[in-house]
Amino acid sequence: MKKLMMTFGGICLVIVALLGLQWGLTASRNQQSSGKDTLTFYNWGDYIDPSILTDFTKETGYKVNYQTFDSNEAMYTKIQQGGTNFDLAVPSDYMVAKLKDAGLLAKLDKKQLTGMNNLNPQFLNQSFDRGNQYSIPYFWGTLGILYNKKEVNGSELTNWSALWSAKYRNQVLLVDSARDILGMTLISQGKSVNDQNVADLAAAQGKLSSLMPNVKAIVGDELKLYMAQGEGSLAVTYSGEAKNAMERNPDLAYTVPEDGSNLWLDNLVIPKSAEHKQAAYALMNYLNRPDVAAKNAQYIGYATANKAAYERLPKSVQNDKAFYPKQSVLDRLQVYQNFDQHWTQLYNDAFLEFKLGKS
Amino acid sequence: MNSTKKRFTEAYLGVYGLWLLAFVVAPLLLLLIQSLNVPGQGLSLANYRDFFTSGPYLAMTVNSIWYAFLITVITLGISYPLALCLTKLKHRQFWLLLVILPTWINLLLKTYAFIGLLGKDGLLNQSIEAMGFGSQQLLFTNGAFLLVAAYIELPFMVLPIYNALLDIDPLLPAASRDLGASSFQTLKKIIWPLSMPGVKTGVQTVFIPSLSLFMITRLIGGNKVITLGTAIEEHFLVTQNWSFGSTIGVVLIIAMALTMALTTDRKKKKRRQRK
Amino acid sequence: MKIIERFWLAFCFFLLYAPILFLAVYSFNSGDAMQGFAGFSWVHYQELWQDTRLLQIVLNTLILALTSSLIATAIGTIGALAIYRTERRLLKQTLLGLNNVLLVSPDVIIGAAFLILMTALGLKLGFLTVLLAHVAFSIPIVVLMVLPKLQEMNRDLVLAASDLGAKPTEVLTKVTLPVIAPGIFAGFFMALTYSLDDFAVTFFVTGNGFSTLAVEVYSRARQGVSLEINALSTIMLGLAFVLVLGYYAYSQKTTSRKATKLKEKVK
Repeated sequence: MKKLMMTFGGICLVIVALLGLQWGLTASRNQQSSGKDTLTFYNWGDYIDPSILTDFTKETGYKVNYQTFDSNEAMYTKIQQGGTNFDLAVPSDYMVAKLKDAGLLAKLDKKQLTGMNNLNPQFLNQSFDRGNQYSIPYFWGTLGILYNKKEVNGSELTNWSALWSAKYRNQVLLVDSARDILGMTLISQGKSVNDQNVADLAAAQGKLSSLMPNVKAIVGDELKLYMAQGEGSLAVTYSGEAKNAMERNPDLAYTVPEDGSNLWLDNLVIPKSAEHKQAAYALMNYLNRPDVAAKNAQYIGYATANKAAYERLPKSVQNDKAFYPKQSVLDRLQVYQNFDQHWTQLYNDAFLEFKLGKS
Repeated sequence: MNSTKKRFTEAYLGVYGLWLLAFVVAPLLLLLIQSLNVPGQGLSLANYRDFFTSGPYLAMTVNSIWYAFLITVITLGISYPLALCLTKLKHRQFWLLLVILPTWINLLLKTYAFIGLLGKDGLLNQSIEAMGFGSQQLLFTNGAFLLVAAYIELPFMVLPIYNALLDIDPLLPAASRDLGASSFQTLKKIIWPLSMPGVKTGVQTVFIPSLSLFMITRLIGGNKVITLGTAIEEHFLVTQNWSFGSTIGVVLIIAMALTMALTTDRKKKKRRQRK
Repeated sequence: MKIIERFWLAFCFFLLYAPILFLAVYSFNSGDAMQGFAGFSWVHYQELWQDTRLLQIVLNTLILALTSSLIATAIGTIGALAIYRTERRLLKQTLLGLNNVLLVSPDVIIGAAFLILMTALGLKLGFLTVLLAHVAFSIPIVVLMVLPKLQEMNRDLVLAASDLGAKPTEVLTKVTLPVIAPGIFAGFFMALTYSLDDFAVTFFVTGNGFSTLAVEVYSRARQGVSLEINALSTIMLGLAFVLVLGYYAYSQKTTSRKATKLKEKVK
């Protein structure tokens, strides 16, 4: 009994000590308070240069509560359920549409937005948010093929069907996403990534299952680790992931097949439940400033949607055709439309059956 | 005297019961309602019908049970001798804490470390090559998946077994040895039966969560093994069909309740026979 | 026999610590990834020291884990006593079954259910909701660790104590609790483990700027988890190691007498 009391008493003391430490840290940082000058920024983990937030606080006086999520759908659930008032969030394209349709977004007041001219018109007025009434683009990218130059001749990867070649047996890694993998199969068959036709989907599933002998694994975010380690020679993945892997392994290269691909955009939105809209607009405008956007793009390494910022980037980045592809490629990119639950389910079931077919 | 004791029991039941109501029964009801509330159809059993008539889902169920079983067996195989060795050490409590310590490191991080260790040019392959064998494909194999899963579950198995072993009166094995039993006989006839409660707890804490593993299946297994956990995760986080996700959850819970009922009943009967 | 034992111990500890050593070694990598050691450097530790947001999250995580485990251990022990003392078989089975529900439910389901529950109750998401959730999912493991100890307990001990005139409170604090103490400790440590490791449930019920280490690490996966986290894990493990050593050295003093007695008994 004495030992029990001693141990648990000790633990209580440790808790108190930790609380004290936390209080000290909060006081020195003076940022955690949720006063009226603090906005909650809901973003992917590590998806902004942290120094930008500190500079923003210094410059405007608004404090930022940075909270993170790991998937669009998880973020949607949190915003929908309430309980926290997020002031600024970063959903991807189709999720903007879903949030908008669910009435969870606040209409942007264009009068309060500055620096809209800095944005590249290419990425404005997209199908998921016509006229950018609810969102402005943050970063963008593509779906493509990441490959190892030592093992694969990049010039052969001009279209998606190249993946089906018998010489890539057991060498292909796929990203674990029904929409992306079925989407690229649909494109290889001359269809749209937003195809809503049962026969087309069945045909795509059929073609996809014949890819199975080439597929080594179907993985998530860790794909970049695997490719950097040389676990596969080719991978179907996003440009952001590819960039990350290429920084780790110089033998890797990234290409977008010429028969078309998906264009993804991460966007800044203000949820309807936001309580600090003033501060949210201030941060949006701050992130739109060419110098800030350029700094952020350098830190994250994704392609910026800010034209003025793009012009400030080093020439080597600007001319990197893999991440800022030429116009003819850009013209063939398609943005995902938001599917209703029925179609999301159909795509997912098809993908699940494909995965189970693997033994 | 007895009435005070009874009041104590009632107080315990009250505190515990309240918690059960708020954080188990209430969520459980929510889950059940959600699984019956099919979008666009109102209350219906459609989800359950779909589950039990769908090939892929039944295949996943079989997969889950099979792999959970394998994980439990492997974990038990490693843990039981380990717990036995630990109890014989001089500074056993210290070593036991060292077994638990690795669990305090983030799971994702440890999995990334395994990716590095098991990779094509990872440490393990380098040592295999140093021994004169060719490099092996380790990642995305069932072996790697089982290894990492067992690694994660290991402390949850060791701890209860270790506790059960420590409780065995040291006089019993000593007596058995004095009476001429070999150490294997002592282990089989004395130690193993007496440590059963610990083994049972260990099996429960490993098998049940193993049914719904999902992260490792993707990270290390490359989705070659697909369990119900994967399906549930997808229904909650990708297709956002919470209704069907809940259905799978309810099925899992009922399956667990059945297994528990079956295992305890058998034990009861045995006891009565002995009496 | 001795050699086999030693070999098995060495093997198990090697297995347990191989990935951890791997993480720790790479925390000193001057490069940016857990691949290709480029050279020794403290750079990730410096990054960590400057990242006050991450340090705050670490403190949050520790406070949460310790507090929730403490509460869960208390309620869990009470729960185990309740199940143990219940005479009616059906009630006993029901209680045990309900206890295990949270163990079998996948984290995502628990998280989603708790989120609905807590928003329905009108709670503001944050430290309190996460604490409640962690207490909730830690209790079953405590019960599972304590219950076998109670079942193994010699009933005569309790009966003898009450025959000798001990009050129920005395029986509890002087007989029952000391006997089941190993189970309680085990439960506490397991609860701590669950709490430190949990991502899915925490993610759903957190909000308003409160975050834990696991949530932070998982949400960094898309960008790639930086070696700063390795550095952090190395420090935390080092600290835990020192704590364990200290705790052990302390308890060694008090239990050494008992241990020698036990040995004499065996001889």
